[in-house]
Amino acid sequence: MKFIVCIKQVPDTTNVKIDKRTGRLIREGIPSIINPEDKNALEVALRLKEEFGGEVIVISMGPPQADEALREAIAIGADRAILLTDRAFAGADTMATAYSLGSAIKKIGKYDLVLCGRQAIDGDTAQVGPQLAEFLSIPQITYVLEVNIEDNKIIAIQELEDKRVKWEADLPALLTVTAEANKPRYPSAYGIMSAYKEKEVEIWKMKDLDVDEKRIGMDGSPTSVKRIFSPEPKGKGEIIKDEPKKAAEILFNRLRAKNIL
Amino acid sequence: MDYSISKEYVLLRKTVREFAEKEIAPVVEDMDREGKFPHENIKKMAKLGFMGLPISKKYGGSGTGMLGYCIAAEEIGKVCSSHGTILGAHTSLCCMPIEMFGTEEQKQKYLIPLAKGEKIGAFALTEPNAGSDAAAIETTAVRDGDHYILSGTKIWITNGDIADVVIVLTVTDKALGARGGVTAFIVDKGTPGFSVGTLEDKMGIRGSSTAELIFEDCNVPKENVLGDVGAGFIVFMKGLDCGRLALAAGCVGGAQACLDASIKFATTRVQFGKPIWENQAIQWMIADMATEIYAARQMVYHAVWLKENDQRFTKESAMCKLFASEVLGRVIDTAVQIHGGMGYMKKFPIERMYRDARVARIYEGTSEVQRLVIANMIRREVL
Repeated sequence: MKFIVCIKQVPDTTNVKIDKRTGRLIREGIPSIINPEDKNALEVALRLKEEFGGEVIVISMGPPQADEALREAIAIGADRAILLTDRAFAGADTMATAYSLGSAIKKIGKYDLVLCGRQAIDGDTAQVGPQLAEFLSIPQITYVLEVNIEDNKIIAIQELEDKRVKWEADLPALLTVTAEANKPRYPSAYGIMSAYKEKEVEIWKMKDLDVDEKRIGMDGSPTSVKRIFSPEPKGKGEIIKDEPKKAAEILFNRLRAKNIL
Repeated sequence: MDYSISKEYVLLRKTVREFAEKEIAPVVEDMDREGKFPHENIKKMAKLGFMGLPISKKYGGSGTGMLGYCIAAEEIGKVCSSHGTILGAHTSLCCMPIEMFGTEEQKQKYLIPLAKGEKIGAFALTEPNAGSDAAAIETTAVRDGDHYILSGTKIWITNGDIADVVIVLTVTDKALGARGGVTAFIVDKGTPGFSVGTLEDKMGIRGSSTAELIFEDCNVPKENVLGDVGAGFIVFMKGLDCGRLALAAGCVGGAQACLDASIKFATTRVQFGKPIWENQAIQWMIADMATEIYAARQMVYHAVWLKENDQRFTKESAMCKLFASEVLGRVIDTAVQIHGGMGYMKKFPIERMYRDARVARIYEGTSEVQRLVIANMIRREVL
């Protein structure tokens, strides 16, 4: 079976600090990591490979330094790694990213399952996975908690806010995987040495793909980031203390006065 | 001069650090209190190739060389000296001597499973009458046809009770003494005549087991001689060169953890209306700790470079072990002082780190022995 995992190299935003003066992220010196939920997706692929056999291919669209993320994925257990890197891809929003990844996956050829993390910790949109499934015209199951393959179908448990839903889809399909799905394995020491000393990361440029230039990069992005900022702290809220009926009345009047009701 | 390290080592450091924080840190408190060997973690480390880091891939290792091994030792040392000690005894004192001195058959039979962590190793030298005076060992190995018969007692052997494979230093010719009369053997657990005696209850590194090993007419095949008959001392000395470097790296890690904890405490503990960091006395303590750790770290990685470039590093390795273990002692003592009462309470890690650190100046050659080694090497250079 062929599993394709899309990964993204992101800044480690859990450790990021905000510049108090400008309110912006301090990016200097922030280490880059594989987006955490992409590791969960990779873990799903590796476990399925262990059970059903096959190949795990990781693919990433990013600047040349995303090579590090792909090598880490190889060290974790991926068999093959592809880096889509080209100035032409830069500035892409989720739509253009999904289109580019989709073109690359089409070039890979026949596959059984595409796996993505639910969302990236820098953008937090959760859009690329679903968009990619549409570009590939394959069924998608998002927010996946558990997965199995039976009779060439994917059976997955989807975790929503208020319930869990069991889905079944024909292969090939696309899954987006949540952090709760599993505990990703660590890269092994021998895997790390092998990833850098023996394995190759394939570099694919725009010219290597069959793409419409107007649909990639900044030109292919219907959305753009206007500003990233840390919101002003709202300050302490007010707690209305009274017996319930009276408190409700006070609250109602307050909201009325603010034109919320 | 390029001090940067290549990306695979950066990734290795990050990986071991994450493992230490997520897998080792949560178990250390119970491990220390109960004096229990961390079997689960050692199995996890084995699966990730951490139990044979410097050993070549050909023999089941991860092929990271001494650099990768010391990086891992440093990161583990930040979190737990017990795990570091278990790893060190197994890798430096059992795996590496077999890689250096073993026959091809011995490497196939012992080194591969040891490097993969499928088997655990130990090194048995110390005896009741032979600590620093290693040449005074009395365990004998007498040739009997195709075998040797081993008799004697070893004490304070790290991993001694759980090891599957032990390298044992014996006297094969009392008259020749250390130069030609000592032989190293590879002994399998379960060999008739080989038993484990007392398990010691220690001040610190309580997750590592420290055992008495008893040899009573223990029959070992001649194929299990490690290196040449009579050349056991060189096996032990070359093993210690590597062991001392990894131990020093672990001390650097432990000292760094003390410094980090002290900085965090000093910047948050408020007394007299301000964080205690605002006091020059504390700032000077922090500055001295940081300076010594920086020096110790540079020494370790320079000595690693010497070894990786096939240069002699015996003197430097002893210097690193001497300095790093003594820096650790000073740093942890200062850290306790900075933490005040909190540094003395069992519910905070500083107290355990203080107890764990003390042995670093004693095992794998006391500070005094290191000074002798260094002086001897200097004399050889000069005369």
